[in-house]
Amino acid sequence: MNAQTGTPAAPARIGSVSTGAALELRGVQKMFGALAAIADVTMTVASGERRAVLGSNGAGKTTLFNCVTGDFLPTSGTIRLFGEDVTTFPAHERVRRGLRRTYQISLLFGGLTVADNVYLACRGVSRARFSMLRPRQGDTLLSRAEELIEAVNLTDASSTMVANLSYGQQRQLEIALALAGAPRLILFDEPAAGLSPTERGELVRLLTNLPEHIGYVIIEHDMDVALRVAESVTMMHNGTVFKEGTPEEIENDAEVQELYLGDGHG
Amino acid sequence: MALAEPPLDRSASRERPEAGWVERIPPVWWALGLFLLTLPAYANDFILFQVFGWTFILGMIALSLMFLAGYGGMVSLIQMSVAAMAGYMVAIFGTSGIAEISMDLPWWLYVPIAIIIAAIFGTIVGALAVRTEGIYTIMITLAIAAAFFYFTRQNYTIFNGYTGFNLVVPPRLFGVDWREPMPFYYLTLGWATLAYGVVIYVSRAPFGLALQGIRDNPRRMAALGFNVTAHRVAAYTFASIIAAVAGILLVWQNAQIAPGTAGIPAVIDILVIAVIGGIGRPIGPFIGALIYVLLRTFSPDVLLAFGLSGERFKLLIGLGFLALVFFSPDGVLGLWDRWRARRAQMARDGGLR
Repeated sequence: MNAQTGTPAAPARIGSVSTGAALELRGVQKMFGALAAIADVTMTVASGERRAVLGSNGAGKTTLFNCVTGDFLPTSGTIRLFGEDVTTFPAHERVRRGLRRTYQISLLFGGLTVADNVYLACRGVSRARFSMLRPRQGDTLLSRAEELIEAVNLTDASSTMVANLSYGQQRQLEIALALAGAPRLILFDEPAAGLSPTERGELVRLLTNLPEHIGYVIIEHDMDVALRVAESVTMMHNGTVFKEGTPEEIENDAEVQELYLGDGHG
Repeated sequence: MALAEPPLDRSASRERPEAGWVERIPPVWWALGLFLLTLPAYANDFILFQVFGWTFILGMIALSLMFLAGYGGMVSLIQMSVAAMAGYMVAIFGTSGIAEISMDLPWWLYVPIAIIIAAIFGTIVGALAVRTEGIYTIMITLAIAAAFFYFTRQNYTIFNGYTGFNLVVPPRLFGVDWREPMPFYYLTLGWATLAYGVVIYVSRAPFGLALQGIRDNPRRMAALGFNVTAHRVAAYTFASIIAAVAGILLVWQNAQIAPGTAGIPAVIDILVIAVIGGIGRPIGPFIGALIYVLLRTFSPDVLLAFGLSGERFKLLIGLGFLALVFFSPDGVLGLWDRWRARRAQMARDGGLR
C-alpha cells in the first residue's frame, strides 16, 4: 500500500517493468557440515520486481541472501545476476553489477559520522575508490551523499557519529547505504526489525517510493510491512522454497497459514 | 576498535567557512614547529644528529607501522625490513666502500630505485599478509623479517653478507654536506614532517577513510563495493614508501648498513616505539621514537652512575615498556588523552558548583 495515497500500489506494478531477470537462482544449496541451510533453491526475480521472502527462523532466508551477495559461496547451484553468472564472484564484484544489501543487525561504521558512512558507500561503487585526494566542495559524490541522507530523513543527524544514533536511525542509515551508487537490486534483511510503528510507516513509504527500476527482495517478519511493500512472495521452509505467489495468494493459503501465519492471522 | 582519527567533519567546516588551514592548527603545534626549526640555535651537534635525527627516522618507520595498524588494523613487523631494503638498495646502486658490488649510479637514479624496490618488497609481503588477521599477520611478517635478516647475512653476492656496506653517505647537493649535523637535522625534520602531513591528509581522504572502514568492518566494506584485499595491499605499498624514505635516511645517518639493521631486535623495537607512543594517532610514533632514543642514548650513563653495567639499557627500555603497557595500553597518547579528559571533567564539575 502506498502510505501517501492509501492505495495498494504494489500489485499494479507486477510485470510492468520486468525487462528480464535481475536474479536467477538454480538449484542453490549451502551446506554447513552435514546441515543443508538451503537446499535446491530455484527462484527468479525480474528486473524491478519487489519480492518478499518469508519463513520462520532457520528457514534459510539470510543464508540465501549471503549466497546471493557473495558472503557465502554456495555448495552447489548457480546464481545469475542480470544475466551474468556470478556464482563464484567476490562480494564487491556483485556490488559493482548493481546488487546492494542491508543487514539484519546493522553493520555500520560507528566511529564515523552519518555523512562519512554514506560518502563511503557512494565511493565504493565509484571509480576513485583508491583516491588519496580529499573531496572538494562541489564533489558530486558529496552532493549525492547529502541527497541520500535527506531521503532517509537523517539530514539533522548528518554530522552525528553513527554510534550515537538511535536504533531506528541506524536502520534508516542502513537503507541509505544500500541506495548509494546505482543499485538495480537491493536485498533488505529485516529492515523493520526493532522499529517503532511510526518508523515502520516511514519505511513502507520509503520502499514503495523507490524508483521503479530498482527491484528488491525483502526478508521481513512483520507481515504487515512485507505484504504492503511486495508484489510477490516466496515462502521458505527448512531451507527450501515452499510456496510462491502474490501477497493475497500467500495470505489466503491454508498451508502457509498453518505453517507460518497461524490460524488467527487475517 | 575506535577510529584512529576523528572523522571528516564537513559540517564543522561549513559552520566556520572563514577558518583557513592556518587558523585550524592549534597554537601548541605552532610552538612545536618554532621549537624544532630553531633547535640548531641552542642544541649541540650530538642532540641534533644523534637524538633528533634518529628520532625522526625511527618515528617515520614506526609511522608506517602506525598507518597499517591504527588505520588498517594490520600489525606488520616488516616495516624495519622494508626500510633496510631501501638502505641496501642505496648502497648497492649508489656508492659505498664495497666498490665491487656498488654500481655508483647518480643519486637521482638510485634514490627512486631504492624506494621502488622497497615498496615492491613491502607490497609483496602485504599481499601475503593481508590474507591473515591478528596474531597471524604478526607471525607471518615476523617470519619474513627473520628470513630477510638471514638472507642478507648469508648472501655475499648482493648484500655482502655479515659485513654489509660502509661509507654510504648522502650526495653533496647545493654545496651542502647533508651528513653534517645541522643539514642532516633539517633533512630528517623535513621528511618526517612531510610523512606526518601526508599520513594525516590521506587518513581523511577516501583511501584512508575506506581503510578505516575495512579495519572496522571488512564484510560491510565489501558489500559497499570495496575490494578489501586490494585496499589492504595498497595500504602496505603506501606504508612501505614512508618506511623506504626513512631507510634511506637511516643508511645515510649510520653511513653503513648491515644485516643487524633489520635484525629481529630492530624489528621488535619499531613495534615497541609505536606502542609506547600510541598507534591511535600519527604523532604517537614520533613520541615513542623520542622516548626510545632518549632511553637508548642516555640510560647507559644512568646505569653506570648507579654502578650497573651500561649494557643493561634494554632492561630499562623493557621495564618502561611493561609499565606503560600496564598503565596505558594506548601509549603515551592514551595517558595524555585521559589527563585532558579528567581536566575537562574537573572544569565541568567546578562550573556546576
